[in-house]
Amino acid sequence: MEFNLTLFTQYLILGITNGALIALIALGYTLVYGIVELINFAHGEVFMMGAFLSLTAVGAFGLVSGAGWAQIVLVSLVAFVASMIFSGALNWSIDRLVYRRLRNSPRLAPLIAAIGISFILQGIGIYWKGSNTVLPPALIPTDVRSINILTDWLGLDTRLRFRALDLAVILLTVPLLLGLSWLVYRTRTGKAMRAVAQDRGAAALMGIDVNRTIATAFLVGGVLAGAAGFIIAYYTNTARFQMGFRYGLFAFTAAVLGGIGNLNGAVLGGLIIGLVWQLSDGFLGTYIPWWGAQWTPLMIFSVLVLVMIFKPTGLLGEAVPEKV
Amino acid sequence: MTDLVRAQTADRTPVQADDAPQHSRRDIALFLGILALLIVFPFIDQALGWRLMGALLPIGIYCLLAMGLNIVVGYAGLLDLGYAAFFAIGAYTVGFLTSPSSVFVRGGWIPGWLQGFWPALGVAFAVAAIFGVLLGAPTLRLRGDYLAIVTLGFGEIVPNFFLNAVPLTGGTRGINPIAKPPSIGGISFGQTDQRNWYWLILAVGLFSVFIILRLYNSRLGRSWQAIREDELAAASMGINLTRTKLWAFALGASFSGFAGSLYSSAFQYVHPSQFEFTLSILILSAVILGGIGNVFGAVAGALIIGSFDRILAERLTGPLNAFGEQIGNDFLASHNVGEDRYVVFGLALVLMMVLRPGGLFPNKQRAAELQPEDLTITVQEQQDLFDFRTHNDPTPDERGGQVV
Repeated sequence: MEFNLTLFTQYLILGITNGALIALIALGYTLVYGIVELINFAHGEVFMMGAFLSLTAVGAFGLVSGAGWAQIVLVSLVAFVASMIFSGALNWSIDRLVYRRLRNSPRLAPLIAAIGISFILQGIGIYWKGSNTVLPPALIPTDVRSINILTDWLGLDTRLRFRALDLAVILLTVPLLLGLSWLVYRTRTGKAMRAVAQDRGAAALMGIDVNRTIATAFLVGGVLAGAAGFIIAYYTNTARFQMGFRYGLFAFTAAVLGGIGNLNGAVLGGLIIGLVWQLSDGFLGTYIPWWGAQWTPLMIFSVLVLVMIFKPTGLLGEAVPEKV
Repeated sequence: MTDLVRAQTADRTPVQADDAPQHSRRDIALFLGILALLIVFPFIDQALGWRLMGALLPIGIYCLLAMGLNIVVGYAGLLDLGYAAFFAIGAYTVGFLTSPSSVFVRGGWIPGWLQGFWPALGVAFAVAAIFGVLLGAPTLRLRGDYLAIVTLGFGEIVPNFFLNAVPLTGGTRGINPIAKPPSIGGISFGQTDQRNWYWLILAVGLFSVFIILRLYNSRLGRSWQAIREDELAAASMGINLTRTKLWAFALGASFSGFAGSLYSSAFQYVHPSQFEFTLSILILSAVILGGIGNVFGAVAGALIIGSFDRILAERLTGPLNAFGEQIGNDFLASHNVGEDRYVVFGLALVLMMVLRPGGLFPNKQRAAELQPEDLTITVQEQQDLFDFRTHNDPTPDERGGQVV
């Protein structure tokens, strides 16, 4: 069967856009894991809460269709920042209230608590927005959503679609990724984080406030998850209390694939998972008759299981001997 | 030869006598009392018109699942987040083998003698164990939290497969009907014979408790505890880590598969939505709420969580809505208590971990392990280490008159 280049490129574009979003969530897992070696199971739900807050924030403004550009941009900005602050604060408080108490417990205790928190947050999600899929309040006009940059702005004659919406996602995501990189590798706080990740005891003896540094990692991870929540809610135009579970697991897979604890790895893993996801959703079906989007989760969870079994350090992670 | 035998027995006797659980008369009386109550409960239920039998069957199955998960999590200390997968495998195995609507039965691949309930139950038990070994063999060398995630992935893959492999499983149509256990002396196990099913599950449950208690004090059970407490030390003492963990995994899995086949037959229906992640977490929170590492605790936890899930959630909603309407509270008037299950399971896990890691009815040993390490001594040691004064050759006087 002939290789359909246009279709492939199409899903490549979608894969990179979705992958960048996955990377945003994956960074939260990897940051926390790198420092406290905890799989923050509730991270997906922190992301979901961010998405829900952005819906509530936009709804509070009550935009009517035909609102001016200035208004749309202002409301988006407010909702974006609000969901980042909310998710960051939420993740920080979870650490403060629960994980910190379990810092010296065996490894499974905080993990079990994290699963519990993830369930509690899902329950809160149901109280907040109900148990069915929610349609976000109108923010971006429908005709703007469907603008194709290649044909509408550049006047190219192509069937390829690169929507303004995809561009917006990349424009919002890339600065966040660069900002995180700057924070971790160029600031004092980042240096403290890396030091605590290497050796908590030694870092404490060097005068680093360990608890505060760990709390910062949770805060930053939560902020990124909140940003992803806003973007994904308006990119896909749906939200549901269970969205955190699916996205969370995809993002966790990305973090593990890239090498958990490694920031670049999380971004790389995010892009790979985004590509696998989109190619499986749309592209594979044209070659394998029975393949469809329903098999995508199965494929990604298989990637998760296989990477964990055969290369637990991931693509970019280094082998760290277990501390006895 | 006889000397050798005598030496061995002589060697073993004191150990067993030492560690054999000391049952006081009160404990035994309590156990017998509860047992009698459980046996006559269907009559009490009927007399008082509670109509609880329909809810007690799944709760009984939860108890079986909690006992099985307790082997994996409580005894061997392996966190299994995909426990529902084995439940699904057991249920589907029985469905495939015995249902007239199954592809395999229609294709004529299943010999007639295997289409009965009991043979199929045995096969389900074995198949679940095989899957437990297949999943466990490559993953058990992973660290605890990685293992948890792999099992979680497996727990997502299995129901996803059953949901989407439509030609094989019927997808969302599910599989039904499913073979029932043949009647024993006029006691039949139809869908309306809930009381007989109740007694059957009770009998199976009691048998399981017995097996698990024996297992706990066996050589294997002791190896599990040793590994759980300190893997390195256990390995140094000659315990084969992989094999011991595999046993826990396989036994836990087969328990789950066994419970799955009972469940599918009691409800005559297998559907992918019965085996979602929520079920794995329901069972986990039952084990952790009740008391990790303690069979009776796990069962008690399953009774509490199960009663909420199957009885309270359904029966509270009506009165609560009526109350909400009366006081004019919109939230209460339309609230479905079934939606609280997420918060309830979650709270059970978080509160237990933070406040009482051993659960409501703890196994003392396991509870002690789950407590946070006491760091005060270490901090003192560190201070001593970096305090120059202590290194300046303290005189015996400074050290409180003792030569160190």
